[in-house]
Amino acid sequence: MHRLKKIFATDSYIVPLVAIVMGFLVGAIVMLIGGYDPVAAYSALFKRVFGSPYDFGEAIREMTPLMFTGLAVAFAFRSGMFNIGADGQVLIGMTAATLVGIQLAGLPSFLLVPLAVIAAGLAGGLWAGIAGYLKAKRGINEVITTIMLNWIALYLSNYIVRNFLLLKGQNRSEDIPASLSMTFLNGVFDNARVHWGTAIAICAAIFFYVYLWKTKQGYEMRAVGLNPNAAEYAGMNVGRNVVKAMFISGAFAGLAGAGEVLGVFHYQSVFAASPGYGFNGIAVALLGLTHPLGVILAAILYGMLTYGAAGMSFGADVPPELIRIVIGSIIFFIAAQGIVRWVLKPFYLKRKKEKVS
Amino acid sequence: MSAAAPVVELKQITKRFPGIVANDSISLTLQKGEIHALLGENGAGKSTLMNIVFGLYQPDEGSIEIDGKPVIIDSPNKAIELGIGMVHQHFKLVEPFTVTENIVLGMEPKKGLKIDYKSAAEQVRKLSEQYGLQVDPNARIHDISVGMQQRVEIMKTLYRGADILIFDEPTAVLTPQEITELMAIMKRLVAEGKSIILITHKLKEIMQISDRVTIIRRGKVIDTVTTSGTNPNELAEKMVGRGVTFKVDKQVPHVGESVLKLTNVNSKSKDGVPVLNGLSFDVRAGEILGIAGVDGNGQSELIQAITGLRKIDSGSITVSGQEIANLSPRKISEMNVSHIPEDRHKHGLVLDFSVSENMVLETYYKSPYNQGGFLKMDVINNHAEDLIKQFDVRTPSIETKARSLSGGNQQKAIIAREIDKNPTLLIAAQPTRGLDVGAIEFVQKQLIAQRDQGKAVLLISFELDEIMNVSDRIAVIYEGQIVGEVFPQDTNDQELGLMMAGSLKRGGNAGA
Amino acid sequence: MDLLTLGQLLNTTLVFSTALIFAALGGIFSERSGVVNIGLEGLMMFGAFAAAVGGHYAQDAGLGAWAPWVGVLCAMAVGVIGSLIHAVASITFKADQTISGTVINFLAAGSTLYMVKLFFDGAGESPLIDGFKKVSVPVLSKIPVIGEGIFNSYPTTYLAIILVIVIYFVLFKTPFGLRLRAVGEHPSAADTLGVNVKRMRYVGVMLSGLLAGIGGATITLTTTGTFAHNTISGQGFIAIAAMIFGKWNPLGAFGAAVFFGFSQAIRNYVQLFEWSKNIPQEFIFMIPYVLTIIVLVSAVGRSSAPKALGEPYDPGKR
Repeated sequence: MHRLKKIFATDSYIVPLVAIVMGFLVGAIVMLIGGYDPVAAYSALFKRVFGSPYDFGEAIREMTPLMFTGLAVAFAFRSGMFNIGADGQVLIGMTAATLVGIQLAGLPSFLLVPLAVIAAGLAGGLWAGIAGYLKAKRGINEVITTIMLNWIALYLSNYIVRNFLLLKGQNRSEDIPASLSMTFLNGVFDNARVHWGTAIAICAAIFFYVYLWKTKQGYEMRAVGLNPNAAEYAGMNVGRNVVKAMFISGAFAGLAGAGEVLGVFHYQSVFAASPGYGFNGIAVALLGLTHPLGVILAAILYGMLTYGAAGMSFGADVPPELIRIVIGSIIFFIAAQGIVRWVLKPFYLKRKKEKVS
Repeated sequence: MSAAAPVVELKQITKRFPGIVANDSISLTLQKGEIHALLGENGAGKSTLMNIVFGLYQPDEGSIEIDGKPVIIDSPNKAIELGIGMVHQHFKLVEPFTVTENIVLGMEPKKGLKIDYKSAAEQVRKLSEQYGLQVDPNARIHDISVGMQQRVEIMKTLYRGADILIFDEPTAVLTPQEITELMAIMKRLVAEGKSIILITHKLKEIMQISDRVTIIRRGKVIDTVTTSGTNPNELAEKMVGRGVTFKVDKQVPHVGESVLKLTNVNSKSKDGVPVLNGLSFDVRAGEILGIAGVDGNGQSELIQAITGLRKIDSGSITVSGQEIANLSPRKISEMNVSHIPEDRHKHGLVLDFSVSENMVLETYYKSPYNQGGFLKMDVINNHAEDLIKQFDVRTPSIETKARSLSGGNQQKAIIAREIDKNPTLLIAAQPTRGLDVGAIEFVQKQLIAQRDQGKAVLLISFELDEIMNVSDRIAVIYEGQIVGEVFPQDTNDQELGLMMAGSLKRGGNAGA
Repeated sequence: MDLLTLGQLLNTTLVFSTALIFAALGGIFSERSGVVNIGLEGLMMFGAFAAAVGGHYAQDAGLGAWAPWVGVLCAMAVGVIGSLIHAVASITFKADQTISGTVINFLAAGSTLYMVKLFFDGAGESPLIDGFKKVSVPVLSKIPVIGEGIFNSYPTTYLAIILVIVIYFVLFKTPFGLRLRAVGEHPSAADTLGVNVKRMRYVGVMLSGLLAGIGGATITLTTTGTFAHNTISGQGFIAIAAMIFGKWNPLGAFGAAVFFGFSQAIRNYVQLFEWSKNIPQEFIFMIPYVLTIIVLVSAVGRSSAPKALGEPYDPGKR
């Protein structure tokens, strides 16, 4: 953990940039080995994202939950925890938003929508809070508990949808009357499913920054994350901060769920397997160096890659899973910075020599 | 000296680390059967040099000869092969393993595929008898005393057939009696034909046991002298580079009311072992009470109990008459208790916070640093600027991470923060550990200044010299009890040593 | 009453447990050497994939009953290669071990499916193969309950049980085991005695890849017969839980793995009862995961974890 803090505390952005380039190179090599044309594939990828207003809007739609889950994972990280459970927290958030959106359908929209969104944040936060509580009180590694909670969340939300919200004869809930869609932008983006969740995500990033670096509570949380022993010595309540940090982290993830059901699908499916928002969030958080601005940028990149991956598959016949290899490699290079520095070494040396001469 | 080639000869060893030359062209010879002391302050480069001899580091320049033959020592394995053994300052023992397992690790006798523990234990027993070490081969490390653990370290080298033994600060954690025993063991080792390099900054030991001394300062050899031809003052001056007074200047204390009072405090570890065992003492305003004792006799637990980091099972702890037992650390801190923790990296600082952020670690939530839940960074920064000026904390800026400060400056920052709280009780645990002479003087002067201002100061230290020099009164802790209370002018190392080993009780409430 | 017998329940328990046993044993090697291995999930994925592909081609080549063994060998090799990524990042380049393990999970998820599509013309899963057949042990399989439960199992189950004993012996009786544990407890102690810390850790991590690979193979070769995106779905993480619950001891991990296998088996078993119709299936699906949390809550925390777990070894640090 400790080393990690050190890595992400440095404001060097060169390493992640080089890591991204190297990740793309690995992807290109893998494509060459597989007999594909990397140039065609990557250009198909970007063409897909920027090709039409609709696709661009849809790419933004793709980025939004990544912003939330990236922030969720990053926030927990800053407080010394690894939240692998954003997946489950998204599902629980979705379910809460759907539940409120359908069950309180009689309410006027200006009440119903905020209520559904708040319910999603609260539910996601409480769900993550379980892992925080178990860590604070029983010292149980949050990595294991959040993973287990992912599965429990999957089955619990399916249970709720199937038993209380089901659309007869379908494997999904009824339509949700509450909507976060930005219908006024339909003309601009050619009916792409852009929604208010994106704006909420950017607000969440600002909240992340202000809370952690400008407030008393954030100061405590960073101290707990960087050195729990010193925090305890200084009179901070470590356990309470752990639970609080997990709650906030989970709330971010829960909001991602609200955006998906209220802004994109307008119903909730019965999922056969976890939709994987949380795991992508880990990648986004690491890529964004667990800084809110970095996370937003990383989510934009990641969203482009995953949305564009489908284009790669149409345009160059490359399996879209390739993008996971690219992203995995990028994180690998960021985590094992030594490799990147080793690659950069000749450049550094050159620069030094130039200075001398 | 004999005509034979020296067993070890270091020729102009240079080792650089980023930003520092740890060893600057150091030369040194070790003769057969000699005890050669390597004297220097913390950070002078002694350990770096010995790590080079032991193959943990590679020198950037220079060469090493063993028995007159040039060698390259590129790994501990190679050093072991060449008959070099190292007794590390921080014992390198695997706690859950037995004595035998620790000794044979890496060179296990085998029977088929299995480790032959029977013959291993037998070998350990033989070695133990030959050198009079009295170690139980089947005991587990976490069950034996520090002195015993050190003997296990010695046996690890002997088991590997070492003829050249390097002792790195071997007496740091021992009682005076254990030190005497260690000296005897070292004499016996030399008598059996071994040669010893003794790394230390303690002049007394050097005078007692060594044949020659090499003094290094800031990575350079200052001089090599024969012990019989020198004296402690000369050595000290060479080590520090200026005249040193051993005595700490201080006035007669003006002792006032009792500030901290512990009565019959009991506390158990997680496994139910008593760690504080009916412990009682008090500290009065205007005095420094020194707690002497061997590491692991309840000192850490005592501090934790007073500062609220540990629950006690029974007894009472009062500060200025108010009960504080089992209150939260914050409540206790708010009762004007300051605490310089024994582990500054673990407890004292958040290393990845800026100096400025570290300066408000305990007060960030109070006005004027906190207003309506938001931190006033400009106020916090001004406060930090004031403190680093006042306490001469050398840092490039207040935005610098605490991690990049030197140990001495980190400690100064902590002391600044704690004294700035204007405490009635100041707890200083190991406040000079790992610091160089200049920083040690600074810290000790600050403690005395606090006492002169009428503060109660509780000093916990494993350094007997520090306890003797700084304290106005000494309490000796042994197995979670105070077994003696004495005044420094009425006692001596030997008596304190006996008390620290639990074989003598004297004064105070120990008899009661 | 047309229900599964107790023996069959035991048998199913072992089928589910086997993969967990292998992976948990792998985890023990890695973590005993001081390297956290959260990548077990990905390593199992590599193994499951390699077994499916290797087994398929071996079957095509007419190797018949030997084909699954070829699959196991492929799984071992690919598992080791996958674990090397983790080893290089976390040991050589001192990356955070949890992150580097997560990278394994990412790369495994991406690359296995990529390769399946590459090998099988864009198909979402590998072709179905025969896999292992259960083998009855003569005489022993005639014992009531136990005979049916244990001695009529897949060869991989027997292999797992044998390995538990072998690995226990290796860890606690041999020089290799002593050194491996020393490296995980106090690397600089081991280093100063000439034990090569990095090499031991590499070996520990590679053995975890090998064993987790076999664990993954077990699932394709005895349960699913094919590799798809959901072939490995959380077993790696449950194996980690089993390792922790078993206190990093092969015997303990075996017990824990059987327990988790049982909780999976029981969910199929319970559904055969009439009264279970009233319990929503989702709650039955949750059983293993809820049990894992309950078990962790009641078990002691990390007190018995290797002391240097998670810390990269830096000889310059004292």
